[in-house]
Amino acid sequence: MVKNIKLIAVVSLVIISFFILLKGLNKTNNYSPDLNSSKIDFNFKAKFLYSNEETTLYELINDKDFSIINIWASWCLPCRDEHSFLLNLKSLDKLNIIGINYKDNEINAKKFIKELGNPYSKIVVDPSGVNSIELGAYGVPETLLVHNKTKTILKKYIGPLDDEKLAELKMIIKNEN
Amino acid sequence: MLNQIGNYSLYIALLSSILIIIQSPILLNRNNINVSGRIFSLISIQSLMIIISFIALIIAFIISDFSNETVYNNSHTSKPLFYKISGTWGNHEGSLLLWLLVLSIFLLIFTITSKSLSNKYRILTLFFQQIIILGFLLFILFTSNPFMSLFPIPNEGTGLNPLLQDPALAIHPPILYLGYVGTSIIFSSSLAALISGSVNKTWAKHIKNWVLVSWIFLSIGILLGSIWAYYELGWGGFWFWDPVENVSLMPWFCLTALFHTILILEKREMFHSWAVILSITTFSLSMSGTFLVRSGILNSIHTFANDPSRGVFILCFLFILITLSIFIYFFHQNKIKNNFIKTYIVSKETAILVNNLFMMFFLSVVLIGTVYPIFLEVINNDKISVGPPFYHKLIVPFMIPFLIFMAIGPNFNWIKDKIDKINLQQLLFFILSIIVSFIFLKRVGISYLFSLPLFIASLFLFFITIKDFSVKKTNLSQKISHFGFSLFILSVLVNGVLAKEYSSNMKVGDERKFLNKTIKFESLKINENKNYQSLEANFKISDKNNSINLKPEIRVYDQPQTITSEADIESTLYSDNFLVLNILKNDGFYNVRYQIKPFMIWIWISIILISFGGILSIVKRNG
Repeated sequence: MVKNIKLIAVVSLVIISFFILLKGLNKTNNYSPDLNSSKIDFNFKAKFLYSNEETTLYELINDKDFSIINIWASWCLPCRDEHSFLLNLKSLDKLNIIGINYKDNEINAKKFIKELGNPYSKIVVDPSGVNSIELGAYGVPETLLVHNKTKTILKKYIGPLDDEKLAELKMIIKNEN
Repeated sequence: MLNQIGNYSLYIALLSSILIIIQSPILLNRNNINVSGRIFSLISIQSLMIIISFIALIIAFIISDFSNETVYNNSHTSKPLFYKISGTWGNHEGSLLLWLLVLSIFLLIFTITSKSLSNKYRILTLFFQQIIILGFLLFILFTSNPFMSLFPIPNEGTGLNPLLQDPALAIHPPILYLGYVGTSIIFSSSLAALISGSVNKTWAKHIKNWVLVSWIFLSIGILLGSIWAYYELGWGGFWFWDPVENVSLMPWFCLTALFHTILILEKREMFHSWAVILSITTFSLSMSGTFLVRSGILNSIHTFANDPSRGVFILCFLFILITLSIFIYFFHQNKIKNNFIKTYIVSKETAILVNNLFMMFFLSVVLIGTVYPIFLEVINNDKISVGPPFYHKLIVPFMIPFLIFMAIGPNFNWIKDKIDKINLQQLLFFILSIIVSFIFLKRVGISYLFSLPLFIASLFLFFITIKDFSVKKTNLSQKISHFGFSLFILSVLVNGVLAKEYSSNMKVGDERKFLNKTIKFESLKINENKNYQSLEANFKISDKNNSINLKPEIRVYDQPQTITSEADIESTLYSDNFLVLNILKNDGFYNVRYQIKPFMIWIWISIILISFGGILSIVKRNG
């Protein structure tokens, strides 16, 4: 009798694991987000890099007309390349630049900003990378242009910004008015 | 042409596999049939066919036959020959073919070397092993065939990940596979022994070789993986608790426990069931490892291309094998004779039992850390990541009693020993360890709660294992392995405590001070190589007495275009000087990271020593 209970217990454990893993397989965990959808859940919570307060992205993209959400990390080399372009964008009045610090070490992130300058009006951290994934990021760096009133994504760049993309961004902001 | 050869030989191998599976139950009922007859020739044919298909794939890679889809996806004409060959198993399809190759060769070796054992046991082992081979053959042929043809034939391949173009990584997967596949023989033979009622001394003696072989290959495979991570990834660490690394560590814990259990079984006829359970678990863990890595259920740098159908296949196969073995275990368990032997608390048996308990604890920690995030995400949609702090917090406190037991345990006698074995000598060593650790930590200025006891325990083990070399009673291979382990723990600890890092942005000509050293960025030059361009920097690091030059590189590979940083590492017996360079913007500044890693080389040496103990044991048993 005891033997049967043991057998049933072990076998059911194996069966449960089997179905959980099977379900896990069918979930695409590439997190490849739908590029065409411009609606995104901005309600996720995140902590600021420079203070311990929590905020939601929804609150962050309230002031000014447009927001740029830039996902970066200090360990990411292309992020260093694109940093000067972000600094350049800082001069636009209608634009609010928000940084999401992706899977990074706090000290290194602060050092990075200290070294290269701070283009961001606010920086939130995403140590697990989950929030960035929810936003539909493939990797770092990635840049989203968001229309603050409608909360829609106007443009999304995968990879570092360059002269061309910068010009395009400026054009979009100009035309949207 | 090569594609056809490969395909057909795999189908012939499939056919022989089916024939063997059909014939084994028939042969089982005839008592006086000799295995070396028809089944042996079928196994030989099968191995030969798999060898032919593997060679065909290697040739396709060497001559860059882009009519083969695998070659097209993973190779390029400008790649050096060595990496063309290693490219054969550097991808999903090829690596599975390698698995299969090793499976069949190991089975052939098993058949040849097990002639002295009972026919029933041999045929059953062949039968279970053939089920595994059949599973892999079906998997390869129907979900990941390495011999798919491309038409029209492309002119050029798409290249191989430059991170994988490294000598350590070229041989790391095959070695690891040898370890994994070795556990399949242990699995099949333990089931066969269970059914034929021969879980006993003779079986233990026979299977011990296979346990040792898998254990050695697994250890060396893990070592090579760490060396690769240390030199190539440029993070300065050697173990990251990455799920894929964990997956190779889990069977290692299990095998280590199994090896010690087999020793008892061989000498004292105890722990029969436990040995069988461990054999089944070890193989299940190896297979699960393959599943986790290959299916893409994990997110990791190691993960290969994802294809859900592949994952489902391995998962079902894994499920069938595990369920089958559980049922076999439960229904044949009573064949194990339970001869109760009186054993005292203070004895070698207890010491080994304690070793097993610790191994199972470490295994559980790693298992939970690896699997829990996956389960949680499926059930709850929560995404968590389990990192080094989790493992350190759970493993470090338990390391302390483990190390002390490891120091005392091996000197106990079988059956019964006296507690006053813990004699004056050991006490002296213990006091010595306390003093040395205390002074050392005081000078370094570390006051983490566990560091003092951990240092004491590891130093104690270190002293005792050195002392043990003078004792004649135990065998040399055990002494070497245990000494290697104590050296390993000690090096990791010293390395962790004394490592120093300096990071700064520098341009050519700059000089920085760090501790008592001067780091000077002397020059920068461009080299053209066959499949990459490199930017080679020259740094001079000097202190009062001497100076060394370090030449880290930044490589730009053209196929596919990727930038990698090659750290330059100067290894001495005392410490490694590690320097890595990263490109900043185009204004001539580079990010320079300089690390001093004490006793790094001893970590590698100690793992080699641990494995060497195993090799010595095999040589002694069979030579």
